Amino acid sequence: MVEAVNIVLLGLLVITAVAAIRLHDLFAVVMLFGIYSLLAATVFVVLDAVDVAFTEAAVGVGISTILMLTTLGLVGRWERRPVHRPFLPLLVVVVTGAALIYGTLDMPHFGDPDAPVHQHVAPRYLEQSPDEIGIPNVVTGVLASYRGYDTLGELTVIFTAGVGVLALLGIRRRRQDEATRER
Amino acid sequence: MNVFGLYNYWIVIFLMMTGFYVVISSGNLVKKIVGLSLFQASVFILYISLGKITGGTVPILREGITLYSNPLPHVLILTAIVVGVSTTALGLALVVRIKEAYDTVEEDEIHQQDESL
Amino acid sequence: MRDNPVLRVVTKIIVPVIFLFALYVQFHGDYGPGGGFQAGVIFAAGLILYGLIFGTESIRCLISTRFLRALIAAGLLLFASVGFLPLLMGRNYLDYDALGQNPLSGQHLGIFLVELGVGITVAAVMVTIFVAFAGRRDS
Repeated sequence: MVEAVNIVLLGLLVITAVAAIRLHDLFAVVMLFGIYSLLAATVFVVLDAVDVAFTEAAVGVGISTILMLTTLGLVGRWERRPVHRPFLPLLVVVVTGAALIYGTLDMPHFGDPDAPVHQHVAPRYLEQSPDEIGIPNVVTGVLASYRGYDTLGELTVIFTAGVGVLALLGIRRRRQDEATRER
Repeated sequence: MNVFGLYNYWIVIFLMMTGFYVVISSGNLVKKIVGLSLFQASVFILYISLGKITGGTVPILREGITLYSNPLPHVLILTAIVVGVSTTALGLALVVRIKEAYDTVEEDEIHQQDESL
Repeated sequence: MRDNPVLRVVTKIIVPVIFLFALYVQFHGDYGPGGGFQAGVIFAAGLILYGLIFGTESIRCLISTRFLRALIAAGLLLFASVGFLPLLMGRNYLDYDALGQNPLSGQHLGIFLVELGVGITVAAVMVTIFVAFAGRRDS
């Protein structure tokens, strides 16, 4: 059952991604990106990652799409027809894809309980979390307590993004402030 | 070699290459950033599908459940999603400033204006 | 979009519900999916929806931009300070065990404060970025 849902969702993702390449109306491309993010959030739910699905739906469909739309409002909606032939990018993409597929031949099968990633730290987190932290949501416990440094760094990245956008674009002051300043 | 257990990864690799193709082949800067976000989202799908255990469930501790999916990729991808949106926001702010400086967001025209200086 | 009565009424009804849901997700991140990041983004989405319908000036009427800038820094400062308290008691940085009578209650308090800091900063940054982008056309 999970495999069937997975195949359908991944098929929809492929259709959305291929359509995003072909279109030149950037408004449609951004909307397709929103659809892609929502489908990815559904795939995350099927793969038991509910926190990640929550975040991807909120951030990818909400914030990313709205920022891209405001940018389109400022820079223009239509993409110019490309003058270069797509031969070289296609070659690079095919070679990279082939290398990655060759790399996956060594990977454990999908859903394998004996995969190396499930052996070292993850069972310790799952078993010791009730005694050491005591909250049911293991992802929040790992995020905030076991890997608290990573979360601190991530918060700093968001802070830097806010500071960077303020430095690049700034927030326009109200005209009343400018009028009182000039007096 | 049983490739039936690997088809998931191959479809996700195709999605990654789609996003990668949009980044390197399109001339419009906004479309490049959209392609980069597509690439990032498909990388997240790859990582989360590595953490899934068949027969496991959501890693929220409850009575009577013995097998949980691996919570570690979830934590890493949570960080990665937020870092990705920060990068997208900064990239789009740069595109807005480029538009105001060069009056275009097509890569070829920007290079032409730079070389003619 | 201010002139459309349907959008106006629905937004005024839905935006408080969005804020309430954001607070729910923030504080129930321990017992179900959720946490600081999701709650911050949902709170920002509520404010952005209000700004889309009623204009960017209306966000400024709700929260002044100076207060938003202070909030961006305040969340990060809260997180870093919660890490400093165990240092003052002789433990490691970000060791939540020292914050309460026993390690479990210390962890609860530490995670609560840390997620609160994360939620505050994420919400403030997302709203600031949106206001910066949306106010650009008029300049």
